[in-house]
Amino acid sequence: MDVYLLQLFNGLSISSILLLVALGLAITFGLMKVINMAHGELIMIGAYSTYLTQNLFNDYLPAQLFDWYFALAIPVSFGIAFVFGLVMEMSLIRFLYGRPLDSLLATWGVGLVLQQAARSIFGAPNVAVKSPAWLDGGLRIMDGTLLPYKRLFIIALVVVCLLAMYLYIYRSHEGRRMRAVMQNRDMAACLGVSTRRVDAMTFAIGSGIAGIAGCALTLMGPIGPSLGTYYIVDAFMVVVLGGVGKLAGTVLGATGIGMFNTLFEYWTNASLGKVLVFVCIVAFLQWKPMGLVAMRTRSLD
Amino acid sequence: MRKRLFYQFSLLLVAVGLVLAGCGNDEPASTNEATNAPADSANTGAPAEEGIKVGILHSQSGTMAISEVSVIDAELMAIEEINAAGGVLGKPIVPVLEDGASDWPTFAEKARKLISEDKVATVFGGWTSASRKAMKPVFEELNGLLWYPVQYEGLEASPNIFYTGATTNQQIVPSVTWLLENRGKKFYLLGSDYVFPRTANLIIKEQLKAEGGELVGEEYTPLGHTDYSTIISKIKEAKPDIVYNTLNGDSNVAFFKQLKDAGITAADMTTLSVSVAEEEIRGIGVDVLEGHLAAWNYYQTTDTPTNKTFVDNYKKKYGDDRVTADPIEAGYTAVYLWAAAVEKAGSTDVEKVKEAAKELEWEAPEGKVKIDGETQHLYKTVRIGEVQADGQFKELWNSGEAVKPDPYLKGYDWAASIQPTE
Repeated sequence: MDVYLLQLFNGLSISSILLLVALGLAITFGLMKVINMAHGELIMIGAYSTYLTQNLFNDYLPAQLFDWYFALAIPVSFGIAFVFGLVMEMSLIRFLYGRPLDSLLATWGVGLVLQQAARSIFGAPNVAVKSPAWLDGGLRIMDGTLLPYKRLFIIALVVVCLLAMYLYIYRSHEGRRMRAVMQNRDMAACLGVSTRRVDAMTFAIGSGIAGIAGCALTLMGPIGPSLGTYYIVDAFMVVVLGGVGKLAGTVLGATGIGMFNTLFEYWTNASLGKVLVFVCIVAFLQWKPMGLVAMRTRSLD
Repeated sequence: MRKRLFYQFSLLLVAVGLVLAGCGNDEPASTNEATNAPADSANTGAPAEEGIKVGILHSQSGTMAISEVSVIDAELMAIEEINAAGGVLGKPIVPVLEDGASDWPTFAEKARKLISEDKVATVFGGWTSASRKAMKPVFEELNGLLWYPVQYEGLEASPNIFYTGATTNQQIVPSVTWLLENRGKKFYLLGSDYVFPRTANLIIKEQLKAEGGELVGEEYTPLGHTDYSTIISKIKEAKPDIVYNTLNGDSNVAFFKQLKDAGITAADMTTLSVSVAEEEIRGIGVDVLEGHLAAWNYYQTTDTPTNKTFVDNYKKKYGDDRVTADPIEAGYTAVYLWAAAVEKAGSTDVEKVKEAAKELEWEAPEGKVKIDGETQHLYKTVRIGEVQADGQFKELWNSGEAVKPDPYLKGYDWAASIQPTE
């Protein structure tokens, strides 16, 4: 019995990781329609930012403060990835709106450049990030069922990010402008919204959230130049399955993939489990090409 | 509109695939210039025509660069040391670097280029079994010579390859015996899903049957797999005494981090890894790995006089924070063995070098090694080590003497059913 409970929790945890990885992409790809192949590298930037924050704490601050580096690493990762995203948008992406093929190739190239840059700066081997002591261990709910604090923390982090994004997009002035631009660019421009600024901000926020994902992933996995490549396919899959352009769809997509992945992996094995998940996704998209949550739109084209 | 986007998206993916395939073909021309620079700086300054050219063919980019770059460093260091001492046959060795780019066909292509165009005397290269299997037919066809520095799954003995890493009876088989005697009978086999872990586990399963062990589970994950929560649940259910870990690359980081989070430490359950060395420990984090075991033929802490100088020189050359590890040492040893064989043969001719290399001995950092003339593998000492708080290994056990290589496991009755898969 407790095994099923644990597996349910594992499924939830994988869903939360997938969602965190895909949230940024839900903005850059989902809202802005930029096929951003460098999304994985923005995650990597977040992870390396965490590594740098850790090293700064190690070198310059007293040892008893070390455990709190992670609290600072989250905004730092967001900030650095945000700046990278902003620079990318202003120097490259803005020239490629409406040209998905070109932006795909260009961002792919940016991704490769960033990977090689990381390799040159930090070296090819993985680096180690020591997770803070307050995230070690776990919550024991039953005999033999331990819910690791790190996984609980990531679930909480996702909920917070999601809430913040919801408030920003649906409850703030900037968010309203963002939605206006994404829905009808010309009309928004006519009404005096600076679409260029909105584009830049939107892309940068999507990138920043990828940075947070990178920060959280240092708790679970490897931190190396090719970190982004492990997650990019999953991220696109979540957004496409969920329905491009809908936040709720992304949440559902991540939950679906995470849960089924855990289930299939438990029944079969890791390789076959992944295959089965992909088969299900392909079959589902055949049936509903718009994804789980289809955006109702009056725009014709 | 969105429907069209999907069509476009899938079209684009195809386009990317095509572009990448195209890039792959373009590569030789472009990387050549780039890689010649370090090659030149690494040689002692003599014009290339006078020296003896050797190829160094490892992944400098892609997923395997993590491991292979350090081996290149060690091989270049050995070449530099030999050149400083007067070279071979009175000539300096000139390394020609090529990038295998973690892509197996590229390894074959570059190997062909090194032998036919650069006319190198020998090649030091490869890491994954897949890259070795890709290069093997090329070396056999063109009668080249390859020195392969990594422990592998055995069941191979090409006349054109020298294997300076361990074969199964010098790493896996003795470690399983040791575990059965010291840590328990119930084994759980966990590996990455490709040729090395699957072959290794095939051997382990036969050995467990013969030596009274019990198999309680077996799992493979794709290379680059990052979530082990389900696997860890399965391990918890199976309650093994030992997890025998043949995961490779970044998956090790995810597995060990998540194992610790699930509340399982080295005290609760023994894990023994065959692909986690000093270099990997740095990337995983000592706090996560402390107390876990590994089986190799060499550790940075291995206590021999040659090793002390080797470690000192390596750190002096590449930085104090660098560590040496088994494949690094095997790459370094390979260069010296080749040089010794060439000196003995008085020529770089492949047949003569092979003849001279038979039963050749050398005082390597891991201790005395000897080339087995029949299989072209090395006699090596087996060592089981435990990860310490400083990221180094403490040796728990060693075989006492160098073990004769037996890639086809002919000396073990239980291995009779294990056949090469080619």
